[in-house]
Amino acid sequence: MIALSDYLILGAILFALSVAGIFLNRKNVIILLMSIELMLLAVNLNFIAFSHYMNDLAGQVFVFFILTVAAAESAIGLAIIIVLFRRRHTINIQDLDSLKG
Amino acid sequence: MFLILTFFTVAVIWLLLEAEFLAIVLVLVYVGAVMVLFLFVVMMLDIDVDQLREGFAEYLPIGATVAVIILLQLAIIFTSGPFDIEQMPAPAAAAADYGNTHQLGLLLYTYYVYPFELAAVLLLLAMVAAISLGLRGRSSSKRQKPDEQVRVRKQDRLRVVKMNAEKQD
Repeated sequence: MIALSDYLILGAILFALSVAGIFLNRKNVIILLMSIELMLLAVNLNFIAFSHYMNDLAGQVFVFFILTVAAAESAIGLAIIIVLFRRRHTINIQDLDSLKG
Repeated sequence: MFLILTFFTVAVIWLLLEAEFLAIVLVLVYVGAVMVLFLFVVMMLDIDVDQLREGFAEYLPIGATVAVIILLQLAIIFTSGPFDIEQMPAPAAAAADYGNTHQLGLLLYTYYVYPFELAAVLLLLAMVAAISLGLRGRSSSKRQKPDEQVRVRKQDRLRVVKMNAEKQD
């Protein structure tokens, strides 16, 4: 029988992998977006596991909304990346320093 | 693209957790739409991979350290007791006529109607934003430019030519 902790540990592994991906990748915005997607997936996995083990469908409704927001976010992010690439001919993160924050 | 494989496997795990509707949505929306979008952008932008690899070894220690610390902390918490199979037994398998999609729909259209419509508006907003960002103005189109039409002055368009009157015989 699969315990709840197993699902939670799988979610934790996914989350840690995506954190490592964000740390390791200093070049590409696309891989950054992918890591964020993986993070959201780990969170969704936790939500659904809890929702199953607690017999509460509200968790699944929340996952539904998270999926909506994540899809919108990635669509706008990719559009911004395309505009950026058209303007600057690079999506290297180190080159995007014209704001001098 | 191992991200797609990850999405597929997580969808199957959600099927195990009796969240059939969300598993299907994950495959359709994520694998079908978002990942294809990612692939399109990757193809459009054709970035050289060798350049991406540099700096990998430099940040490997700190990245791996942070990830392992997060993983260890979460694993210690999750295995420490409250989420064990004894504390939280798996619920009984649903009846044969139980429909996850049906239940989710009942909940979504009663208690969560306003968030649901808000999500729809958000998707519309995302669509408009993505299209307006990605749209390239076509130079051959014959649309009007009202600001330039209003701003036009007389000396831009009109040329008064002085010439002598012709003699009539």
